Amino acid sequence: MLILTRKINEKVIINEDIIVSIIEIRGDMVKVGIEAPRSVKVFRSEVYEAIQNENRMAAESELQLPQIELGS
Amino acid sequence: MTSILTKGMGEIDIDERQLITFTSGLIGFDKFTRFALLDAPQKPYFFLQSADLAELNFILLDPFLFRPDYEVDIPDDLAALIGMKKPDDALILAIVTVPPGGGPITANLMGPLVICRSSRQGTQLVQADPRWQIKHDVMAELAASRKQ
Repeated sequence: MLILTRKINEKVIINEDIIVSIIEIRGDMVKVGIEAPRSVKVFRSEVYEAIQNENRMAAESELQLPQIELGS
Repeated sequence: MTSILTKGMGEIDIDERQLITFTSGLIGFDKFTRFALLDAPQKPYFFLQSADLAELNFILLDPFLFRPDYEVDIPDDLAALIGMKKPDDALILAIVTVPPGGGPITANLMGPLVICRSSRQGTQLVQADPRWQIKHDVMAELAASRKQ
């Protein structure tokens, strides 16, 4: 893990095509800008974790499936 | 034809065309990339059965069945990554959770699966639109969609 310090408006470049900028620092909040190719998946870790947890729960599903009445 | 072990249906024969590759896996399950897309014994559900681990199976539904207003925004690069050339090549499916202790079945509309029919490659998207949540009560949404 690389740990470094940046000032406001400074950037970090990852893999030549991902740019992370520090846009604003206010109290305990940091506003970060991320420029990356669209194929690079960027999410807040809590969103990623929530989907990961839901996938785990989905994999533990009961295979007795409730009936869904299909409309005509 | 090839045969795979399934969680719900024992050993079954499948056609190669039923095999879907998720190159980066599903979120949290990145080691498993080969799945078979099967009709569940009960319509209109599908099973996404791991071809490598019988115990790993996901239940899927067509989200448009219970949310006719559902939308999925597929970034161009991601579409290219799974070999998708045109929108009608996309098969959109939602992962369903059936709680073992009972309770409503829910569908994850925030993280839908996008499968390219021609390349048979898929990926799990993460959608930023706040309308699409991790747990949508399928029966409640279905009832609501029929009242309209």
